[in-house]
Amino acid sequence: MLGKLDWSAIPFDQPIPLIAGAVVLVGILAVLAWVVVKGHLPYLWHEWITSVDHKRIGVMYILLASVMLLRGGSDAIMMRIQQAVAYQSQGYLPPEHYNQIFSAHGTIMIFFVAMPFVIGLMNLIVPLQLGVRDVAFPTLNSVGFWLTATGALLVNLSLVIGEFARTGWLAFPPLSELSYSPGVGVDYYAWSLQISGVGTLVAGINLVTTVLKLRTKGMNYLRMPMFCWTTLASNLLIVAAFPILTATLAMLLLDRYLGFHFFTNEAGGNVMMFMNLIWAWGHPEVYILVLPAFGIFSEVVSTFSGKALFGYRSMVLATMAICVISFMVWLHHFFTMGAGPDVNAIFGIASMIIAIPTGVKIYNWLFTMYGGRIRFETPMLWSIGFMVTFIIGGLTGVLVAVPPADFILHNSMFLVAHFHNVIIGGVLFGAFAGFEYWFPKAFGFRLNDRWGKLAFWFTFLGFYVTFIPLYVAGMLGMTRRMQHYDVAAWRPWMLVAAVGMAVLTIGVICQIMQLVVSIRNREALRDHTGDPWDGRSLEWATSSPPPVFNFAFNPDVRGEDAYWDLKAHAKQQSLQHDAPEYHDIEMPRNSPTGFVCAFFATVMGFALIWHIWWMVILGGIGAFATFVVFAWRDHDEYVIPAEEVAAIDRVNLEERRSLVSMAGTV
Amino acid sequence: MSMTATAGRAHADPHHIGLVIEHPGPAPKRIVTAYGFWVFLLSDIVMFSCFFAAYAVLADQTAGGPKGSEIFEQRNVAIETVCLLLSSFTCGMASIAADVRNRLWFYLGMAVTCLLGLIFLVIEFREFADLVARGYGPSRSAFLTAFFSLVGCHGLHVSAGILWLLTMMAQVFAKGFRADVLRRMMCFALFWHALDIVWVGVFSVVYLLGSGV
Ligand code: HEM
Ligand SMILES: [Cu+2]
Repeated sequence: MLGKLDWSAIPFDQPIPLIAGAVVLVGILAVLAWVVVKGHLPYLWHEWITSVDHKRIGVMYILLASVMLLRGGSDAIMMRIQQAVAYQSQGYLPPEHYNQIFSAHGTIMIFFVAMPFVIGLMNLIVPLQLGVRDVAFPTLNSVGFWLTATGALLVNLSLVIGEFARTGWLAFPPLSELSYSPGVGVDYYAWSLQISGVGTLVAGINLVTTVLKLRTKGMNYLRMPMFCWTTLASNLLIVAAFPILTATLAMLLLDRYLGFHFFTNEAGGNVMMFMNLIWAWGHPEVYILVLPAFGIFSEVVSTFSGKALFGYRSMVLATMAICVISFMVWLHHFFTMGAGPDVNAIFGIASMIIAIPTGVKIYNWLFTMYGGRIRFETPMLWSIGFMVTFIIGGLTGVLVAVPPADFILHNSMFLVAHFHNVIIGGVLFGAFAGFEYWFPKAFGFRLNDRWGKLAFWFTFLGFYVTFIPLYVAGMLGMTRRMQHYDVAAWRPWMLVAAVGMAVLTIGVICQIMQLVVSIRNREALRDHTGDPWDGRSLEWATSSPPPVFNFAFNPDVRGEDAYWDLKAHAKQQSLQHDAPEYHDIEMPRNSPTGFVCAFFATVMGFALIWHIWWMVILGGIGAFATFVVFAWRDHDEYVIPAEEVAAIDRVNLEERRSLVSMAGTV
Repeated sequence: MSMTATAGRAHADPHHIGLVIEHPGPAPKRIVTAYGFWVFLLSDIVMFSCFFAAYAVLADQTAGGPKGSEIFEQRNVAIETVCLLLSSFTCGMASIAADVRNRLWFYLGMAVTCLLGLIFLVIEFREFADLVARGYGPSRSAFLTAFFSLVGCHGLHVSAGILWLLTMMAQVFAKGFRADVLRRMMCFALFWHALDIVWVGVFSVVYLLGSGV
């Protein structure tokens, strides 16, 4: 009846996950109760859960990422403490638990923090920058978000029902095969990623189509803001790379569920095929994450330097070059696995070539700042912090891309330090920069900058104190993923890293404080202008927060040039006209399709993990039925009448007109 | 109010030929939908190519089990191929019928497409069932694993296509040739033709190459 599921799945003997699970459960129930008691449920349902507005969906993506950042961060704290104390002792985490923690940490941070954060920012901002009303497929957008949430939910469920994978975040076979991992951990891992992977693919298709087909009049390719370019590149990579992940995990699942022999040791299976496939997705994946961050830095640096981006065209070229080359270097992840010197040399050199377009970008940002009137606001601090940090990470990347060096450093703490260096210093700093930069646009008030700057400095310092010691430990021979160790020389570095983790935690607390303080003082921090930073692209030409339809008039950017002028011009157009002629606007109607679909996906995923076959069938039928119901509806759009558009727009205009000294006076 | 227009013109007219091509604005819905679906199809083909790659890697790993030439039946494969190619033609007929709003020909075209698809699936299913009965299931060897997965993945797509096809017929029946129904029909036709192209790959790589050795 219930497949493999019974009471033994609940880890009554392990206090940590149980207590953590209980706390989270109580937290969720408390929030739910509050929502219901206060009568917010209808609001939540109509305005958020069923919303197909790209801005709302973007915000929900970022919220999901932030919550999961706390979960992944707790894992990190636990691991740092373990390695600080587990010198010549077992520490406080038993090996099978420690292994689950590092696997969950990596999986969560990549798939449920970094990915939703950047996808959220792209969703929120790209249609605004392109001057359009929504993304190409609004309902699918909602489906994509909710499927991502399903994946996150399943990973967290494994905390209290069953277990998570103990195989690391990429589940290499043969360890992840049934014979070595008979539990449900790997199944939790694989099904969560399959489901959220569909969500990611949907988001990728959606954003590619949006950028290529939905630009406002006159928005030629070479007039797009840099963030739109990097969004295009990143989503092209999603479309090309995520199906590889899906296929690879499907093969692993076939091995586990039906006794196939893709990656087994027996019957001719080939483990190296898994390595090739997973990294053919995995290396592009790191650029899927970091390219949008590059875009954010481009926007931030040029805004806060008060200058157009230096070398716009070389930036576009570098972005597209990275997009292509990132598919040609995957083998550098397994130099040590017997490819031979010629192959290794070719892939080593290809890897180093990526550093060239990356270097072009760094110089472009530096030259953008050069001679500019730089304002050191919080987003700018994150950007400068990024430049310093990312250079170190890129250099160590080039170092491990030298095969002979990699034979010594592969799978050591040095590698761990490298990728945290680029992912935290690149992706996370970028996400924070974007968060600080676009928060006023999304919510209509600024963030407190004292707490923001504190958060930056603690995170920045904490990062170095945590990860520089890992480079040293790696060079002293410490391998990754050690539950305990006996080498005295490593100990001090692990202690320093634990201190760094504490500093990083303070950074996170400051970030939370910043939100709390800012929400409290939101009236004082309100942004009436719609353009608090004196920004340079179209998102700043509308009010904050923008109305559902984004722009009362699709900005016509014909005949104008770089986006600074586009914005100024568009703003002028909307601000100057006294009685513009408004038209009806058609907007996509809200739809519960995404939420309902994700509900059935959750049921199906859970049932698949526990081999509850009748429930799998039920979930499948439910999901199909949801789509049919969606396809059957008669009205997928509603009309906002011209008078209402006018009313909304007039209020916004009034407010802004009185405040803005006409922009465009360059 | 000075607009630095000269600097920017360069963006629209990089070679100063005096010809500025302005982007005309958001594309109409039909274009957007078809374009998005094309992008999806490309991603689906990437997924197929992983299974093709796996097949290429594992084709010789028979682990003492049968080789391709010992289990492939040329005659069946020929019938399957004819069925699929013909169904592409009838699917095209149905699309044309939908474009000219002719219900009769639309239903006819779709029904024949469905029938041909079903014949294809039945033959494939019998081939699989026969192999399993002889002890040559996917667990027998890595070669059979790759064979079942690649061909089965295509078969699953065809099954999903038939489900979609029936839904399309029901939609036209209930809603008529509405704009959104026509857009979906266009996507369906793209999907069905794409499966044909994938089958040409399967046919060549698996059955033709495999029968030789
Ligand atoms: C100049 C650019 C870069 C080069 C040359 C480079 C090179 C490498 C090499 C050779 C490895 C494998 C080392 C080993 O396993 O022994 C590696 C691992 C890794 N890199 Fe980079 N990298 C670069 C940039 C990046 C960026 C931008 C990111 C992410 C945003 C990134 C994320 C990772 C991750 C996650 C791993 C480790 C995965 C694992 O084994 O679990 N790298 N890098
Ligand atoms: Cu790589």
